[in-house]
Amino acid sequence: MNILDKDNKKTSIYPFVILLIIIFVLSFSLGRYPIDAKTLLKVFLSKILPIEKSWEDTIEIVVFQVRLPRIIAALLVGLSLSLSGAVYQGMFKNPLVSPDILAVSAGSAFGAALAIYFSLTTTGIQAFAFLFGIVAVALVYFISQKIKADPIMALVIIGILIGSLFNSFVSLIKYLADTEDKLPAISFWLMGSLSGVMARDIKAVSIPIFLGLVPLYILRWRLNVLTLSEEEAKCLGLDAGKIRLVVIISSTLMTAAAVSISGIIGWIGLVIPHLGRILVGPDYRVLIPTTILLGGSYLLLIDNIARTLTTVEVPLGILTSLIGAPFFIFLLLKRGRS
Amino acid sequence: MLEVRDLSCGYGKEYILENVNFTAKSGDIVCILGSNGSGKSTLIKSIMGLIRPLKGEVLIEGNSILNWSWKERARFISYIPQSFSSTFQYKVKDIVLMGRTSYLNFSSTPSKEDEIIADEAMKSLKILHLKDKIYCHLSGGERQLVKIAQALAQQAKIIIMDEPTNNLDFGNQMLMLKHLKECAEKGMTIIMSTHSPEHAFLYGTKALLVKDGRVIEIDNPNKNLREVDLEGLYDVKLKVFKLNFKNKMIKMCIPMI
Repeated sequence: MNILDKDNKKTSIYPFVILLIIIFVLSFSLGRYPIDAKTLLKVFLSKILPIEKSWEDTIEIVVFQVRLPRIIAALLVGLSLSLSGAVYQGMFKNPLVSPDILAVSAGSAFGAALAIYFSLTTTGIQAFAFLFGIVAVALVYFISQKIKADPIMALVIIGILIGSLFNSFVSLIKYLADTEDKLPAISFWLMGSLSGVMARDIKAVSIPIFLGLVPLYILRWRLNVLTLSEEEAKCLGLDAGKIRLVVIISSTLMTAAAVSISGIIGWIGLVIPHLGRILVGPDYRVLIPTTILLGGSYLLLIDNIARTLTTVEVPLGILTSLIGAPFFIFLLLKRGRS
Repeated sequence: MLEVRDLSCGYGKEYILENVNFTAKSGDIVCILGSNGSGKSTLIKSIMGLIRPLKGEVLIEGNSILNWSWKERARFISYIPQSFSSTFQYKVKDIVLMGRTSYLNFSSTPSKEDEIIADEAMKSLKILHLKDKIYCHLSGGERQLVKIAQALAQQAKIIIMDEPTNNLDFGNQMLMLKHLKECAEKGMTIIMSTHSPEHAFLYGTKALLVKDGRVIEIDNPNKNLREVDLEGLYDVKLKVFKLNFKNKMIKMCIPMI
């Protein structure tokens, strides 16, 4: 495998795999219902080996029905947002771009707010968030296609405009919403959380996430070429327009799916790819697996903090920006010095 | 062989150049001369297909390339734009390896073989020592050489360059031209725009003079490119001096101000 070049130790992804495994296992024992390592191991092993049951039923429920879906959700959301950020940054040739540059989050927020306003079920909220995220990006893409000049600039500008349009719709719904229960629900959704995630939600979102991840992984080398200027990329033989469309579709599927179960979680799509580039360089052949592993680990870690820090859950979006922003400043300063 | 036939180019309905005709064969170095804004870049971009030609044809080995895909074009022509930047800190070897893009099928990444071809390209330009350096940290001259290495890795017979010697110091300009001459001697075709007539005198097998929407083709500029041509081209009084140096006649262009 290319990513495990022997003469270049820096590009090995093994440390990130180990990091993810450690955080993954730790996450099961953390929480309001502490489970010690030994019991945890036994509970896991009992699924494959015939071990005599020496623990209460509650433990099994906590591990497999409460914590497992949530842990998987944190991994999926973290990797989706981080990977979308990483590929968008390359495509827009700007390391400060985040996954919602094409208004996917704004669209999802509108969908969710609308669903909450009309008192839909959790599944309804998720479906609306997912669909409107895609609708927003589709609008951005098709309008920008009408602009003949610089395609990248057109996407960015239309993205900002459509984003602000959907944001004002969200404000309008909040203004009209019932202040007793609906307004708080919308506000809480906008702050992001994984507290209500269930196993069936995971099944539903893992399909679009997988559908987005595979093409991006297949295109990993071409994404490098896409970071060059449009003209250079084309003259090197890359159909830049087509690849761009695949990247937009893939990222949108992943981000919309992630946001539909988690609400708005900022910063991660910006910070993780940046950290990845510092650790392994910009080559997408290594950066993609690195970003996936780091993004999953990071959000899992943050979610663990969110559910254990205080007796009441802290919204994820608040934590990611509380940790993300200072961390980003630290990265920039560190980079500026060297 | 590259043939440009009755090519008219411009943007939308606005014609910038009309009825351009010229041919470039294997071993040719074609120098495009003209003042700023005369349409040199437009001509180059139209040949590359970056601007859709308004009329006429571009042919390679007799086949019109207007409807070729980017991938097909890239195997025959490589292009080095006037300015190029890299936002991310790619290594030189990665940048050169990108020259192999047109040979990869849909899902593959560069193979060992592609890496060997990229190494050979760097070796032939004597920049193999830059292999693991960060591309955007290099000097202008080095970066230009890396782009040429990328074009060589592309293994296209034709290289088109927009002002390759721009922003280079005197030594690097000569180094660049020396390398381009070597490429031409190996049978490649070089087409480049330049601001110094001396480049055409020294290395050009052909010159294209771009002025007022027309392009004049001049064979063997060292012999046939005259003082009046250049005066007309740049609207400036100048004199072409001939120097005999080691049995070689060198021409120089000096402004008379």
